[in-house]
Amino acid sequence: MSARDLWTVASIERVEDLSPTIRLFEIAVPGGAEPWRPGAHLGVRVRCDDRSERRSYSLLDIGRDDGRYRIAVKRMDDGLGGSRHMWSLAAGAAIEITQPQDDFELGHDAPAYVLLAGGIGVTPLLSMAHSLALRGRAVEFHYAVRNREEAVFADLLREWLGDGLHLHISSGGSRLDVDRMIAASTEGAELYVCGPVGMLDAARSAWQAAGRRAARLRFESFGSSGHYANRPFTVALPRYGLELTVPAHQSMLSALETAGVELLSGCRRGECGLCAVDILECDASLDHRDVFFSNAEKVEGARLCTCVSRPAGGRIVIDTDYRGRDARVPS
Amino acid sequence: MTTTNRNFPLNAWYAVAYDIELNRALMPRTICNKKLVMYRRLDGTPAALEDACWHRMLPLSKGHLDGDQLVCGYHGLVFGPNGRCTSMPSQETVNPSACVRSYPVVERHRLIWLWMGDPALADPAKVPDMHWNDDPAWAGDGRRIHAKCDYRLVVDNLMDLTHETFVHGSSIGNRAVAEAPFKITHTDHRVVVTRWMRDIEPPPFWSYQLRKKNGEAGRVDRWQIITFEPPCTVTIDVGVAPAGSGAPEGDRAAGVNGYVLNTMTPETDTTCHYFWAFCRNYRLQDQGLTQWLREGVTRVFGEDEVILEAQQQAMLDHPDKEFYNLNIDAGAMWARRIIDAMIAAEDAGDPRPVRIAA
Repeated sequence: MSARDLWTVASIERVEDLSPTIRLFEIAVPGGAEPWRPGAHLGVRVRCDDRSERRSYSLLDIGRDDGRYRIAVKRMDDGLGGSRHMWSLAAGAAIEITQPQDDFELGHDAPAYVLLAGGIGVTPLLSMAHSLALRGRAVEFHYAVRNREEAVFADLLREWLGDGLHLHISSGGSRLDVDRMIAASTEGAELYVCGPVGMLDAARSAWQAAGRRAARLRFESFGSSGHYANRPFTVALPRYGLELTVPAHQSMLSALETAGVELLSGCRRGECGLCAVDILECDASLDHRDVFFSNAEKVEGARLCTCVSRPAGGRIVIDTDYRGRDARVPS
Repeated sequence: MTTTNRNFPLNAWYAVAYDIELNRALMPRTICNKKLVMYRRLDGTPAALEDACWHRMLPLSKGHLDGDQLVCGYHGLVFGPNGRCTSMPSQETVNPSACVRSYPVVERHRLIWLWMGDPALADPAKVPDMHWNDDPAWAGDGRRIHAKCDYRLVVDNLMDLTHETFVHGSSIGNRAVAEAPFKITHTDHRVVVTRWMRDIEPPPFWSYQLRKKNGEAGRVDRWQIITFEPPCTVTIDVGVAPAGSGAPEGDRAAGVNGYVLNTMTPETDTTCHYFWAFCRNYRLQDQGLTQWLREGVTRVFGEDEVILEAQQQAMLDHPDKEFYNLNIDAGAMWARRIIDAMIAAEDAGDPRPVRIAA
C-alpha cells in the first residue's frame, strides 16, 4: 500500500548551506509537523522546465523537535531539475508538500543494525541512527563520501554513535569495502542502504554472496544517480512513426508522455516496473538505474524502465505494448 | 502539534489473545482500530502484522502460512514475520518498498501482548503484571469477553465495586459492599482502592469457598484491594477470612484469597477485548473448583456486560451529555486521569517517534 498524497501549502522558514552542494531547508506547516517514523519522507511538488513533478525527500532528524520539517537537497546540475528548483527557493517561499510517508521503515526485531549511506543518501538513515542510538541498540553506520566537505552529518552522527560511525572518504584514500563491512556485522543483522545505484548494486551482490537473508537487506532506491552522466539522446518508436530527442534534464518517461505516447507508470523511481518498454536496438550503453530488473535482465538488455533508466547518449529504438489499429499518435 | 481524539494511548502493551487462541492458523483481530493478523511461527513465538496486503490490500488473514511466512491469498506475495515482502509473482526482484507493518509482540502470563506505538519503545519489562496467571503458587483460569463498550467503562466498573451490591446481588454483592468505607491512594502510575468489610455475613460466592477450605463459614472479614496499572489492567486482590482471625492486620492464613485479573484492550472506540482470569492460592489441584470459579465469574461478568453495553448505548444516545461523578468514582477518575495524561504526552511528542529533543 502506498499513502495517498495529501497536499498542503507550507513555507520555507530558513535555508542553510551545509556544503557548497547540500542545502538544508526548514519547512513550517500550519499546525506544526505531523509525527513521523525513522526513514520517512515528504512528497514535494517541484517545477522542472514547464512541468510540475513530484519528488520525495527524506525527513531529517537533527535532534531538535520544534514542529518543523527538515530536508536536505543536493544540487545536481545535470539532474532532472528537481534539485535546481529546490535551490531556486529562498526563505519565505511557498512549497507544496505531502504528509510524511513511510516506504523505508526501520525494523524492530534485529539483533544489530548496519546503516550504509552514500553521499546525500545519508538523509533517511540519519533518523534511523538517532532512533536506534536513543534506544541503545547496536548500530554500525558506514558513511561513504567523496570528500570531507560532503560528510555534512558526520559530526552529528559522531555525537550520537561515537565509534559506531565509520567515515569512508574516497579522496582521502579510505574507500568502503562492502564485503568487509558485511563480514564484520553480527549474524542476523539488518542492513539499510541509501546511496547511488552503484553502491546499491555492490551492497546487494555482497549481501547475497555472504549468504545473508534477502529480507534482512533494505534499501531505498535513488533513481537520480546512474553509472553515466545524464546526456541527451534520441528515442525512436517505429510503431508510432515517432522520433524525438530527450534532453539531459528530462526522463525518457516524461519525454514520451509529453509527446503523447500513453504509458503506464507507478512509483516513478525505478521500483515497480510498470513503465518498462521493449528495446529493439540501441547504439549506446544502457544506464539501468532501476531496482526492478535483476542484474541478469539488465545484462540481457531487452527492456528498460523509462522513469529512471536511459541510454548514455546515442539513439535507442523502442516499442511499447500499444497494438491499436490507428498506430499514429495524435499530435 | 496535531492532537488526536484517541481514547487510548498507543505506547503500551495490550493483551490481544489468550495463549490457547493463537496457533498455526491466521487469526484476524482488530486492536486499537487497526486490523491485524496474528499467528505462531514454527518455534511457537507469536507474530503480528497489519492485515492488508501491500499490493492490493486483501486481508492477509485470507491467505495461508508457509513455514514462518505468510502467503497472500490473492496474488501470492510472500511476507516474513517482520512484514518484509520476500517474493512477488512474475518478476525476478522484489520491490524494495514492499512491506506491511509488523508489531512487537510477546507472550507473558498466558496472554499474547502487542505494542501498537513506537516499536523502539516496546520494552517487554513493561508488560503489566499478571503473574498469578502462570505462577505455580496459584491456580485458575479465565476467558475473553468481546464487550461492546469503550474499554474505559470496564476500568470504571472495576475501580468501584459498589455496583456488586446491585448488579451481582445473588453471588458476590451484599449491602456491606455499598456501606463499607474505602480508601483511595495513587501515584503517577498506579491507583489503589482498598475496602475492608469487617465482621459481615459472607455472600454465597465466598461462603462456598470458605467451606471448601475450612469446612465451615461463619462471619468474615472481607477485603477488596483494587490496583489499576495504566492504561487498562486492573488486578483485584479479594478474599475473606473468619472474622477476627487477623486478616486486616496481615494474617490471611485462615482465609481464602483470590486475584481477579482483568485487562481490557480497545478494539474500536466503542468495543473492547476483555481478558480476565480468577486465580486462587488454595486447593491448587482441585480442578472442580477451578471450573466452578471460572463458571461463577463468567456469570458475574455476564451481568456486568449487560450493564456496560447498555451504558455505552446510552452514551451514544446522549452525545451532548457527560457523566456526573460521585464520591465512589474517585478511583475511576484517577485511572482516567493517568490514561488521559499518557494520550496527551503522546500527542505532545513525548515520547514520540523520532522527533525527540537531544
